[in-house]
Amino acid sequence: MAGSSKTVTEIACPVPLTAKDTVLLGHGSGGKLSAELLHEIFLPALQNPALAKLDDQAIVQINGTRLAFTTDSFVVKPLFFPGGDIGSLAVHGTINDLAVGGAKPLFLSAGFILEEGLSIGTLRRVVDSLKKAATAAGVQVVTGDTKVVERGSGDELFINTTGLGIVPDDVCLSADQARPGDKVILSGCIGDHGIAILAQREGLAFESTIQSDSAALHVLVSDMLNATHEIRCMRDPTRGGLSSALNEIAERSQVGIELREETIPVREEVRGACEMLGLDPLYVANEGKLIAIVAPGVAGAVLEAMHKNPLGREARVIGTVTQSNQGLVTMRTGLGTTRIVDMLAGDQLPRIC
Amino acid sequence: MKYIDEYRNAPIALGLARKIAHLATRPWVLMEICGGQTHTILRYGIDELLPREVELVHGPGCPVCVTPVETIDKAIAVATVPNVTLVSYGDMLRVPGSTSDLFRAKARGADVRVAYSPMEAVKIARANPDRKIVFLAIGFETTAPPNAMAAWQARREGLTNLSLLVSHVLVPPAIRALLTSEQNRVQGFIAPGHVCTITGYQDYEALVREFAVPIVIGGFEPVDLMEAILMLVKQLEKGEARLENQYVRSVSYEGNRAAQQMVAEVFEVADQKWRGIGIIPRSGLRLRPEYAQFDADKIFHLDVVTAEEPAECISAQVLRGVQKPIDCRAFGSRCTPENPLGAPMVSSEGACAAYYRYRRQGPIAKEA
Repeated sequence: MAGSSKTVTEIACPVPLTAKDTVLLGHGSGGKLSAELLHEIFLPALQNPALAKLDDQAIVQINGTRLAFTTDSFVVKPLFFPGGDIGSLAVHGTINDLAVGGAKPLFLSAGFILEEGLSIGTLRRVVDSLKKAATAAGVQVVTGDTKVVERGSGDELFINTTGLGIVPDDVCLSADQARPGDKVILSGCIGDHGIAILAQREGLAFESTIQSDSAALHVLVSDMLNATHEIRCMRDPTRGGLSSALNEIAERSQVGIELREETIPVREEVRGACEMLGLDPLYVANEGKLIAIVAPGVAGAVLEAMHKNPLGREARVIGTVTQSNQGLVTMRTGLGTTRIVDMLAGDQLPRIC
Repeated sequence: MKYIDEYRNAPIALGLARKIAHLATRPWVLMEICGGQTHTILRYGIDELLPREVELVHGPGCPVCVTPVETIDKAIAVATVPNVTLVSYGDMLRVPGSTSDLFRAKARGADVRVAYSPMEAVKIARANPDRKIVFLAIGFETTAPPNAMAAWQARREGLTNLSLLVSHVLVPPAIRALLTSEQNRVQGFIAPGHVCTITGYQDYEALVREFAVPIVIGGFEPVDLMEAILMLVKQLEKGEARLENQYVRSVSYEGNRAAQQMVAEVFEVADQKWRGIGIIPRSGLRLRPEYAQFDADKIFHLDVVTAEEPAECISAQVLRGVQKPIDCRAFGSRCTPENPLGAPMVSSEGACAAYYRYRRQGPIAKEA
């Protein structure tokens, strides 16, 4: 300690916390802690080539057919929110994980974990919505399961899904294929889903007209692939938002990604809510948006195809893949300076999907 | 967005930067007090747009960063008492105490809830008469009025199951402590606009007179900060020391009287420990004796040992503007937002976190 007679003395700072003995909410954020679990627990135990790709879906070959295979779990709170509910979200989220691999989604499974005491009316509403979303998207829920846990062991209702689809032979999208010079395309405004959910949360509820963007993106993807096959990879930026999805691509492809701040579309209401709550829209979840990394020469053709689809009407180029800053996402600000866009550390909003 | 976009206007901000470059003939060290201002500076690269003569150092105005480690330990201790619900601002959950943090306490079963407003704690207390609700009431003059309001409302309603764990700090005594420190390099201050919105700026005028140091009350957007820096450089180059208000759209001389009255009703000024700085006389707030029944310290007999400082953490220097986060050997390697050694790496308003998030010069950038 410095001179104790002085007003200003030395700090009493904390000892570091390095113990990794407990699962925290941040482990489910889709950000750095999630990646830590993946690399330290799951991958070492389950390692195989399909899993190692770390895409939103695995692509496995059976008798010459390339199957896209994915699973997802839905724990969103509240169950019903402006623009959707856990049932439709389960269908859209699963389809999107298949679609961004270039697959045509065909079949889903739905496993329900119900908490004792849940009203049958609520369950019926969720299942009706799930069915409606599946029918609209042209997929069938072909198998399912139901489990019930004691009151207090769950929170109303969780859904786990599987998705199966077929990837055309000439389509090969993966996060490790971004190349310097490629363009980064975003399909529309970011942050709608996360803010729509947040506006409903107990303790945070504020008046808002923001709707979740929850939507199935497979038709948009198919429109894009019909325009060109020079798409390197796609992602739907859900948990962890745009920044986490782009950081994954930068890391997997060992490239830099430079964004231009003024090109990233955010609705005024979402910006306002983010300003008020101290959130960055780059980290807020989306459920009906995609990013695509495309060869420089085809960006125009891809955008043209996207603009014809209602879900891609606001699509635009938001950045470029670079040789420098490998593994990093950077942003040119409106003032011409450059800053890092880091992956989410910890958790902004738990149970957003 | 109105009242935001105008203050992020690039031509205006860059025009102000050119004026600063034109005016500055000698080296000047300026400090922005508030963590929100530090965040804007790093996010928009304001410092990169300034001439070499003007150096910005970052101040102690991050409420999470200066909350003493004992307060975190107390919060964890009280959160683990059966039948207690601890309600806190979100950023506090990741701040390391001596051996744990509130996120880990929560993961192990403590009922810890995040709120944006202390009135949420009042609501929870009302709805759960059989539970004891403790609100972690931390922050500067900005959070003092709502925190006071929670205690006032609880008293009015006769709520007996709500209490406050108070660790409140005040800006002017901290500026005084910085100015009287032998290590001080700061020649001009950007005072925190939101704090002054509440308090007005009489106290800052007194500092200007006593120390002959220019102070400009500044806002939080790029244009605000550029303009505040320009105002300071103008004064310094002319050898003046005045109080100026850049943030006129929010700050008045008297401040928010209703908020001040609410604070005075519930709190009184007291000596306060600042993490990174130590005890500063009369630099904090504690509950008045009339509100003792809402004092979590007294109700739960919170008596916790002071923690040891990790030798590597230089947050003491960072919070006083003596060193920058990138001067730290642990920055970006052994100290990251996932595994913070000190509070400035935890809070979204902390200087270390802002550097890590937006800039990351130092070990990581070199390896990359």
